[in-house]
Amino acid sequence: MLLILLLVIPLLTGLVSFLLKDPKAVKAWSIFGALVTLIVASLAFCGIKEAQALKVDVQWLPALGANFSLEATAGTLLMTLLTAMAFVLVYLAQWNKQIGHSSRFFALMGLSASGLMGVFLANDLLLFYFFWELALIPVYFLAGQWGGKDRIKASMKFFIYTFFGSLLMLAGLIYLYTSTPDYSFAYSSIATTGAQLAPEVQGVLFTLFFIAFGIKMPIFPLHSWQASAYEQSYTPVTVVMSALMVKMGLYATIKWLIPIFPDVDRIFYGVIMTLAVIGIIYGSLLAIAQKDIKRLIAYSSLAHVGLMIMGAFSQNEFGMEGLYLQMFNHGIIITGLWLLVDIIENRYQTRNMTELGGMAANAPKAAIALVIITFASVSLPLTNGFVGEFLLFLGIFNSAYECKIWYMAIAGLGIILGAIYMLNMVQNVAYGDKKEMAVADLSWNEQLSLYLIIIVIIVLGVYPNMVLDLL
Amino acid sequence: MKPLIATAVFAILMMFASLYAKEKRSLSNFAGILMLGLVGLNIWELVDYTQLLKSADADPYLFSKMLRVDNYALWFNVLITGASLLYVLLFRRSIEAVGKHVGEYYALHFFILCGIFLVSSYNNLLILFLGIEIMSIPQYVLAGSDKHNLKSSEASLKYFLMGAFSTGFLLMGIVLLYGAMGTFELNGFNFYKTGTLSVMGVMGILFMLVAVGFKVSAAPMHFWTPDVYDGSPTPFTAFMASIVKVSIFLAFMRLFMEGFANMDPYWKVMVLGVMAALTLLIGNITAVYQQSVKRMLAYSSIAQAGFMMFVVIGSDVLAMKGMVLYAVAYTLATLGIFAVLVKLKDYTYDGFNGLAKKEPFLAVVAAVCMMSLAGIPLTAGFFAKWYVLASAIKQENTFWLVVFALVMAAVSVYYYFKVIIAMYFKKGEPELSTSVTPIDKALMAIVVCAIIVLGIAPEMLLSWI
Repeated sequence: MLLILLLVIPLLTGLVSFLLKDPKAVKAWSIFGALVTLIVASLAFCGIKEAQALKVDVQWLPALGANFSLEATAGTLLMTLLTAMAFVLVYLAQWNKQIGHSSRFFALMGLSASGLMGVFLANDLLLFYFFWELALIPVYFLAGQWGGKDRIKASMKFFIYTFFGSLLMLAGLIYLYTSTPDYSFAYSSIATTGAQLAPEVQGVLFTLFFIAFGIKMPIFPLHSWQASAYEQSYTPVTVVMSALMVKMGLYATIKWLIPIFPDVDRIFYGVIMTLAVIGIIYGSLLAIAQKDIKRLIAYSSLAHVGLMIMGAFSQNEFGMEGLYLQMFNHGIIITGLWLLVDIIENRYQTRNMTELGGMAANAPKAAIALVIITFASVSLPLTNGFVGEFLLFLGIFNSAYECKIWYMAIAGLGIILGAIYMLNMVQNVAYGDKKEMAVADLSWNEQLSLYLIIIVIIVLGVYPNMVLDLL
Repeated sequence: MKPLIATAVFAILMMFASLYAKEKRSLSNFAGILMLGLVGLNIWELVDYTQLLKSADADPYLFSKMLRVDNYALWFNVLITGASLLYVLLFRRSIEAVGKHVGEYYALHFFILCGIFLVSSYNNLLILFLGIEIMSIPQYVLAGSDKHNLKSSEASLKYFLMGAFSTGFLLMGIVLLYGAMGTFELNGFNFYKTGTLSVMGVMGILFMLVAVGFKVSAAPMHFWTPDVYDGSPTPFTAFMASIVKVSIFLAFMRLFMEGFANMDPYWKVMVLGVMAALTLLIGNITAVYQQSVKRMLAYSSIAQAGFMMFVVIGSDVLAMKGMVLYAVAYTLATLGIFAVLVKLKDYTYDGFNGLAKKEPFLAVVAAVCMMSLAGIPLTAGFFAKWYVLASAIKQENTFWLVVFALVMAAVSVYYYFKVIIAMYFKKGEPELSTSVTPIDKALMAIVVCAIIVLGIAPEMLLSWI
């Protein structure tokens, strides 16, 4: 029941938003809907015990063998919690802003939230594919209608990339479906069928699925849509893309890829680890070269995701726990960063680091929030980023790869580079001698959302077991 | 049989009606009533035959085995006439705007439907020939009905010359097959009667393939399509590109499923598969470069034909379901987008700029139709593609083809979404040629609802077939 509510509440919130005319009313209604979703998500997450799963199974297309079936383990619920939380935080931060066509905007946001929830919860391959697309379409419209000057081009690139991936997945999906003995999309029969296929066939299907998931993450050679899409989109949309849609790819990898094709040639895993490592270094180097803070964070996300991909393919408990925790952490941290970028851009009318400076003197609260969230992003101990990345490294260390030490060393280098560009960014924005630019400090709603993020960062940094015990 | 005779009579009635009708509007109303009657007759026929075919000694053949009536064909006829009714209601005002001879236009439509009923249940190749000709000749006339427009005359002439050429191929193919098999009847074909495949039989199949491929605009016989579709008056293009096209595909499928069933599957995949791949490639890649939405839709209809060819490659139960669903999904989406197009003055992409602000309803209709054509989930187009690809993938050596088709579907998103981008993301003042009446809106709403309902639960339709 809770699972259905998780899907239906954002959907209803979105659909009703289409009909509301008054911008204030739409905002209030959307925040209300997001809060209710968050309450439901927290109830579900707090209620679940280790190795337990919530299930829903309703008949949908009996002749095709597709059912409306949902399943949630603790890890799944952590993702839904992240989704619900991110939407609340974003809506809060937008409270005192004017958004053009706000009813359409919040409606599409609601629809995308519903799609995201569905991707995490679906336990039927066709249903999963449906939600995978349902999450994409509203975000495409959001990215195309609100945002920077080049948004049409950027959103088209984003859409074509992801849709191309989805269609490759569809090819694999059709093949997998026609191979099942009873023509079924249910997770159990898909998984058994996948495992029984010849290793070469598994390899082909693995590649098709992985391209779809890899584009969403994004992994190194498939990432070129990312920076422009993040940069051109309006901040709430950027949050949906980077904090949540990235997790779709990662979550799908550990649910719909690795367990279903267990016998693929291990060369694939090695290639993916290598690509992830390249992504870490490449993303970090690009981030160092950026002047625009939005692009900088976009590239830093490429680097952070690289480490999570390595964790996903480490195939042991540390890696898995670390991955779930870090997916959650990364979502929260990057939401905070995007909100701060938005705050900075609104106050200074620029995102260029070289033109910024002295925020600590004029807007101390914003500066403090920036510093703390940046610390979490570079995974300083006592922040949640540290716990997650530590577990990921532990997972890679315990994995069976031949050159795991090298992988770890290069990934570690990525962390150091991360500290360089993030701290450099903080120094340029918050300190420096340009104190003459007087700006307003955080308003009450911005304070609320950023402080909530900081609380999560510190609580999970000090006592991560409250989440880890459940995973 | 009832509908077949009725359409011919209705067509003649329609011609006489134009003598007595004073206003164009009353002709449209009359055509609508006749079409409604035709839908009723088809449903009656369906109910009748479902009872009849249940008994064990039922004879599905008519006219000394010239026609074969089965549940599938009858359902298809019901759907086709339903779509034609929708077409008449949606496009009545633009048909009236084409020229003076409104009664004749409608009469020609009824003749086309008469041909469609023949090709949907033929068992004898002569009936196939007859049906295709009855369908084609009115189309040549309709294409050229806008006499003051040079492009329309060009379209008509081009279509006629090329069509006549392909008729020659069709006839030659039938003759060769008769030579090889000694029969015109589909269920009597046996390619391996003498142990080996005869040269005459192979040539016959190839000639037939060229002729039918021409009619469905499969590459490399597609060259007439863009000019004809672009030059013809828009409502008639909508009819040709949707209802006529899917009907010929049904004939195509029957030919290969029933007539050529015992053909070597490898051969089938190699010839039809390569043709499908080429059609997809040419249709999609060329559509990307179009400036006019109408011309883009012409190329997209080539691309969609590429997808429908998978039905012929698959040729099993799933393919039969896929054929119906694809026919319905494609027809609905095509009629929907053309219904929006005829409301606009400017057919280029720029003509759509800012439509979402000025006419939000039209924009939603166009967006849903475009998504359905692109095959986005939650629209009928997705399941249509799903069924045809799933039926093809079961054949050997087709996985590459399915992957290629899906890559081409990704390309198609580019040009379909250009319309959505123009409507929603760009600013502009689109000019409407005619106003949008509440009836138009209601009909378009039906189209959109049908597309979405079939996108969620395609079995609502398919469980009947």
